[in-house]
Amino acid sequence: MSNDVLILGGGVGGTIVANLVAKEVGDRARVTLVDATGTHVYQPGFLYVAVGQQHASAIQRAESALLRDGVKLIIDTATFVDTKARKVVLKSGHTLRYDELLFATGSRTVMGEVPGGLAAHDFYTLEGAERLWRTLKDFTGGTIVIGVAGIPYKCPPAPVEFAFLLDDYLRARGIRDKSEIKLLSPLNRAFTIEATSKLVQPILAERGIELTGFFNVESVDPSAKTVTSLEGETFEYDLLVLVPPHRGQKVIERSGLGDERGWVPVDKNTLQHLNFPDVWAIGDTTNIPISKSGSVAHYEATVAAAEILAAVKGEAPPAHVYDGKVMCFLETGKGHATTIRFDYDHPPVSPTPSRLWHWAKVLFNKTYWHTVPQGRLP
Amino acid sequence: MSTLQIDKSIDARGMACPGPLMNLIGAIRQGQVGQVFEVLSSDEGSKTDIPAWVTKAKHELLEVREDAGYAHFIVRKAR
Repeated sequence: MSNDVLILGGGVGGTIVANLVAKEVGDRARVTLVDATGTHVYQPGFLYVAVGQQHASAIQRAESALLRDGVKLIIDTATFVDTKARKVVLKSGHTLRYDELLFATGSRTVMGEVPGGLAAHDFYTLEGAERLWRTLKDFTGGTIVIGVAGIPYKCPPAPVEFAFLLDDYLRARGIRDKSEIKLLSPLNRAFTIEATSKLVQPILAERGIELTGFFNVESVDPSAKTVTSLEGETFEYDLLVLVPPHRGQKVIERSGLGDERGWVPVDKNTLQHLNFPDVWAIGDTTNIPISKSGSVAHYEATVAAAEILAAVKGEAPPAHVYDGKVMCFLETGKGHATTIRFDYDHPPVSPTPSRLWHWAKVLFNKTYWHTVPQGRLP
Repeated sequence: MSTLQIDKSIDARGMACPGPLMNLIGAIRQGQVGQVFEVLSSDEGSKTDIPAWVTKAKHELLEVREDAGYAHFIVRKAR
């Protein structure tokens, strides 16, 4: 056994690739996964934690419980990748060699890049979602402003979903009439996807959620409680919820393997690094102009696993490539949801929101732990 | 050919909406007042989105020029 497959990141993408490769590879390679915490977090759950519908403990499990026996888990952080020597240096000082390397390191949020931004709430980390819920519980009325401080960010419809779930929550508390919800979008529509924006905009209006377009958050003044855009507009708030700016992980920037924001440049079909044929990247980590979401990482993972397996076996790359497939749910409140499906060649489509799609999302969230990380869903 | 002095050119051809606009916004965010930015976009949506954003953000759209399968948008950061 001379071959080493090294996977950085134990989120949805990295876990699927590790399991799929380990299942097929036999004794041809060792499969190692490095994860910073050893805890697998189901990030779509942050939205529900932020509005008190879910407990933090319900959306995390030990990564070791999700990996096949054939995968070695190392809890550590990669700090430098030497592509010439095919070595990865870890924070602990240990070094790992690789023949095939996968970056599935996701993105990190950097609210500190926004002047005054650290005064804002967010639901893009578990800690942020829990803190937001603690504040929301004690909220007695006022203006809640939801804004976006940088694109790309994870899960493009999330701010819209948060606005709908917040509306539900304030109604249930009986304080909706004492509150205003203002959704500030960086584009001249609810969010990136035009077709779905057209579908949800009338529902936002119906719920009294005020949408303002072309508001790219530039700064926050915590003492005046105002948020100002790059376009020169200012809004007052009582509670501010921002989508933080995102970047790739520091190891990518430090190793010179990404662009100026730390996103790894890969072929949009094969997910192979444009300069290093033995390096792949999936999920938020790539520079592909497609949604940063668990759904993308999931679909890309099956492709990356097949590519890595072919490389281990010395076979030609598989014919099946990533076609840009995305499928995600969008909660529209009042127990309804819709879906968004598209790929590189087919524009997004969304059905009329219904209870069916809401229950499909609930079911997916519950069954996730037993299906997705193991690679049981194609 | 344009005779304008371009400080930064962004090739967003092949990118779907809103990629070209977001790249322009990102470049203007980092840039200096007075600098001229060019975006190349093959996305039809850019023809409405980019001029609309430039107007709202009070910058100057200096030129929109059609080429083979894409358009050039030239914008000066005005403030």
